[in-house]
Amino acid sequence: MAETAIELKGISKSFGAVHANRNIDLKIEAGTIHGIIGENGAGKSTLMSILYGFYQADRGRIDVAGKTVTIDTPSDAIALGIGMVHQHFMLVQNFTVLENVILGAEGEALLKTSIAKARSELERLERDYGLEVDPDAVIEDLPVGLQQRVEILKALYRGADILILDEPTGVLTPAEADHLFRILEQLKDEGKTIILITHKLREIMAITDNVSVMRQGAMVATRETAETSVEELAELMVGRRVLLQVEKGEATPGDVLLAVEGLTVKDSRGVTMVDNMSFEVRAGEIVGIAGVAGNGQSQLLDAITGVRKAVSGTVTLDGEPVDLTGAADPADLRERGMAHVPEDRHHVGLVLPFEENENAMLGYHRQAKYLNGPFLNIEAIRADAREKIEKYDIRPPDSRLRTANFSGGNQQKIVLAREMEQDPKVLIVGQPTRGVDVGAIEFIHKRLIDMRDQGKAVLLVSVELDEIRSLSDRILVMFAGRLVGERGPDASESELGLLMAGVEEKEAAE
Amino acid sequence: MDFFHSLILVLDSTVRLSIPLLLAALAGLYSERSGVFDIGLEGKMLAGAFAAGAAAAVTGSAWAGLGAAMLISIFLALVHGFASITHRGNQIVSGVAINFIAAGSTIILGQAWFRQGGRTPSLPGEARFSSIDLPFAEAVRDVPILGEVYSELISGHSLLTYAAFLLVPFTWWVLFRTRFGLRLRAVGENPAAVDTAGISVSWLRYRAVICTGVLTGMAGTYLSLAQNAGFVKDMTAGRGFIALAALIFAKWRPVPVMFACLLFGFLDAFAIRIQGTPLPLIGQVPVQFMQALPYILTVVLLAGFIGKAVPPRAGGVPYVKER
Amino acid sequence: MSTPYAKLPAWADYGLIPLVNLAVAFLVAGLVVMLVGENPFRAAVILVDGALGRGQNIAYTLYYATSFIFTGLAVAVAFHCSLFNIGGEGQAYVGGLGVGLVCLAFDSILPWWLVFPLAIVGAALFGAAWAFIPAYFQAKRGSHIVITTIMFNFIAASLMVYLLVNVLKPAGAQAPQTRNFLEGGQLPKLNWVLEAMGFSIRSAPFNLSFLLALLAAFLVWVLIWRTRLGYEIRMRGFSPKAARYAGVSETKIIIVAMLVSGALAGMMALNPVMGDQNRLQIDFVTGAGFVGIAVALMGRSHPAGIVPAAILFGMLYQGGAELAFEMPNISRDMIVIIQGLVILFAGALEHMFRPSIQALFASLSPRSAGVEAQQGEGG
Repeated sequence: MAETAIELKGISKSFGAVHANRNIDLKIEAGTIHGIIGENGAGKSTLMSILYGFYQADRGRIDVAGKTVTIDTPSDAIALGIGMVHQHFMLVQNFTVLENVILGAEGEALLKTSIAKARSELERLERDYGLEVDPDAVIEDLPVGLQQRVEILKALYRGADILILDEPTGVLTPAEADHLFRILEQLKDEGKTIILITHKLREIMAITDNVSVMRQGAMVATRETAETSVEELAELMVGRRVLLQVEKGEATPGDVLLAVEGLTVKDSRGVTMVDNMSFEVRAGEIVGIAGVAGNGQSQLLDAITGVRKAVSGTVTLDGEPVDLTGAADPADLRERGMAHVPEDRHHVGLVLPFEENENAMLGYHRQAKYLNGPFLNIEAIRADAREKIEKYDIRPPDSRLRTANFSGGNQQKIVLAREMEQDPKVLIVGQPTRGVDVGAIEFIHKRLIDMRDQGKAVLLVSVELDEIRSLSDRILVMFAGRLVGERGPDASESELGLLMAGVEEKEAAE
Repeated sequence: MDFFHSLILVLDSTVRLSIPLLLAALAGLYSERSGVFDIGLEGKMLAGAFAAGAAAAVTGSAWAGLGAAMLISIFLALVHGFASITHRGNQIVSGVAINFIAAGSTIILGQAWFRQGGRTPSLPGEARFSSIDLPFAEAVRDVPILGEVYSELISGHSLLTYAAFLLVPFTWWVLFRTRFGLRLRAVGENPAAVDTAGISVSWLRYRAVICTGVLTGMAGTYLSLAQNAGFVKDMTAGRGFIALAALIFAKWRPVPVMFACLLFGFLDAFAIRIQGTPLPLIGQVPVQFMQALPYILTVVLLAGFIGKAVPPRAGGVPYVKER
Repeated sequence: MSTPYAKLPAWADYGLIPLVNLAVAFLVAGLVVMLVGENPFRAAVILVDGALGRGQNIAYTLYYATSFIFTGLAVAVAFHCSLFNIGGEGQAYVGGLGVGLVCLAFDSILPWWLVFPLAIVGAALFGAAWAFIPAYFQAKRGSHIVITTIMFNFIAASLMVYLLVNVLKPAGAQAPQTRNFLEGGQLPKLNWVLEAMGFSIRSAPFNLSFLLALLAAFLVWVLIWRTRLGYEIRMRGFSPKAARYAGVSETKIIIVAMLVSGALAGMMALNPVMGDQNRLQIDFVTGAGFVGIAVALMGRSHPAGIVPAAILFGMLYQGGAELAFEMPNISRDMIVIIQGLVILFAGALEHMFRPSIQALFASLSPRSAGVEAQQGEGG
């Protein structure tokens, strides 16, 4: 007979004028894995943050194990046995694993004895749950998958019976994700309750017992996982029938427009992040680089676009080589026909306090059409922005509005409109649909296919394997800074997953 | 022997000149390690110096002076904390504001209360932290080398001086061996991690800022009650900023901070020593150059030898719960 | 990407909140006055009368305001690039050296209206030069510009004293200052403008550089919001990463912004040196560089706010001089306290009253308190 571990009744939360959670009711049975699914911006993280005491609800009630409780701070939640593994890890980078685990649960004012006790307890937990990690390792030296183990150990160390995981697989290979799921099942068998927040339908179907769907701040439906399907969940998430695959014709690749040769990039600590990579992209094709986040993709993009110096390597644009070890200039690369939609639109691709029209020319602002000698040609700038707003259906259609006031999807459209309308030869795109709602995703995917059909060379870097597989004409897999394999668009997810995990080609074939 | 004697005197001066820097730098360490950038060390030190001088003049007690100095510095530190932590304001602007408020207030109140042109009355020995002779200092004075080292260099400093040096290992211990220190360092690197662990980021930072107040109060007291015999207007003369530079140079660690401050003290002492004496080749060095030397050195230090000093990751950034 | 605060109508954002911040700053200043044993209301009356009561006083107020417009613009330009230039005091001091050298060289050969443009160049060049080294070290070595510019203020003081005592002083003279400039080195006064409006002025240093200051304010507006360079400065000020992405050289933009800032601070020197004292002497800046910080913050780094803020501080300076007369306990240093309080409330605590004002607005008119939520914008 299932008990209720958590019940939320009538939870509402607004941030200023934005209603993040609207009158949400949710029941979670003890000893189950309960998924909460919804697209980006649906309110899932906010809801769980309220349960964890990070935020306080404006209205509503929380019951834990049948009793109404108030959770004002995370320490209240921890005391009730609720633990949370956050999407962006809450770890102190230059502390050791042990220091991170005891932070806040030290036990005594002097560290000496607390550390000794914590060490043995930690080692026990690691053994029991297969979460092995060296207690004295420094966090910033650990790969992301191991850092996540530390996050989980933190929660278990504090005696969590209810474990919330927020988008845990974004930084894992498919194999690591499977390992994680097995740990979650083991925890469930011991009677713990797991809440899994994700936007990935496949995961929900794989391990959850029940699933609740959120849309635009409201709880839309709850189903038993065994009795629903991917299609039904997708439709509930979006509110209409969804095309899960983009339609595209055959690619007809032409000349090589982008050639990267011998690219090696080190980060600020001297660690090699890109290791002697070489590849080509032809006109009229989309090349997708698949890989788990943190394997050098960001450094690759930064180096190719001139934002970061490489240790060695050249990029050749339509036959003209550019040395990337010197002062490769983003402005120069733009003039040669390279457009770049960066991974981080908030801090790199856009200047959020600027007006929309000021962002519509960001990076291209030296062009004569925007200038009058040293002065800005305000009329031309605004007219240009208005054209792009119309063409790309950017809403609200106000070129004088501060960019921060546009939604994620519309902000991304501003960036895309700017880069695509320059009619570049090569388009480099990083994480194009991160934090973007499904309607805009469809639009963006269509536009990328259009660019390909117009004969551009498109390099797509994304951690969303589905996106890579649905858009790319060729897939390159990146692991630990190296290209470890090339496949066609029909490659299976498991095959790509093995490559993404660093399994060598010949091993994978065995 | 004459050279050795001069050396001892210079080293003795070094110690005296470095103490206000050391106390101010240690003060800044607590604040900055917790993620609150503090450019207002100068103002707090000045206000502390004034309060100490005023209280000591009125009560005749050096300890009352120290207490008053700490109170006023803590008050100003809390104002900075209020602006930076609770209201998430620009921490540099807040520090600059406090410097001006302290500068103006000390002169106005000094003139209004004591009518001596902005200074506090000259203090008799009992109202100051005068030099202390360690046991046997007189007796061993004539012992060659070691005797002079003991009686001139090690003995004969004020209580605050000895306290300042003891604070260095104490600060190290607090930072790396206590729960408070662990949390303090954590909140300066990743306040969100501290918040999700159920610890109040604000309260932790306020406590750090209070520590800053205590130590800048001590620094100010040293200036007006140990080094001098009373408060003189603008007596900090930029030391608070030099202390900050020393802190950055030492990469926010307690023991290197001590050496950095001693280095500054030494250069200052050396400059005073050779003033008026023509140097070989250069001749007479203009007095204005000597006056400017500590500031020039600070710039050189910040520009030349640091390379990439990595501050606490969350330094200077107000903590806002991510939405 | 969220700001922690909701939206207020524009007039409240740019008008009401700054006024409230200012009012609180003055309130606290009033408390200090009481601590000294004087009556703050009587002090306020004396202050306002001292600033505006007679034509003479208005002229002095505008004379001081001229200096503050320049230094406020200097701080503002650097702020737009997210740089805190506290070195205006030193840059103005060294700018004066530029003015002095030009005047000493040409005051007997050329009329004032030819010396003036040369002096402007001299002031700007020397002021910019004094800002260059801190700018370079910030750009190339990451040395904190706040600390280095403060250091350069101290170094400037020593340097100028050395020059005035040992190099520029006429032989045989006692005072550390240059000789007086001849007519070629003297700017005409503008007192006649006020006299034409009906005020009577015995003598006041209000001079032509005031018009230059107003022109500079206009040109700064054009620079920041209407030129490509200004666009790049603002870009870097908001987001250095985006600026790098857009191909703007971080080093170049930091140095250029600081050079412009230093040049504006240097130009402040024209007011006292060429417009009033007609010689170069010790510490003619008298804290104007620091007032510039308060002026820039109060004026929210926009010329349209800086000019009124500068006039307000001019009133404080002039009124303060009268006040020091009548209330000997309150010297000029009171201005330093007020300056600090304005910086605190208009700068670090600028959002302190926002929630209360927002709540006020929400209760009076719910619609004005925020933009309608867009769908799907939850967490």
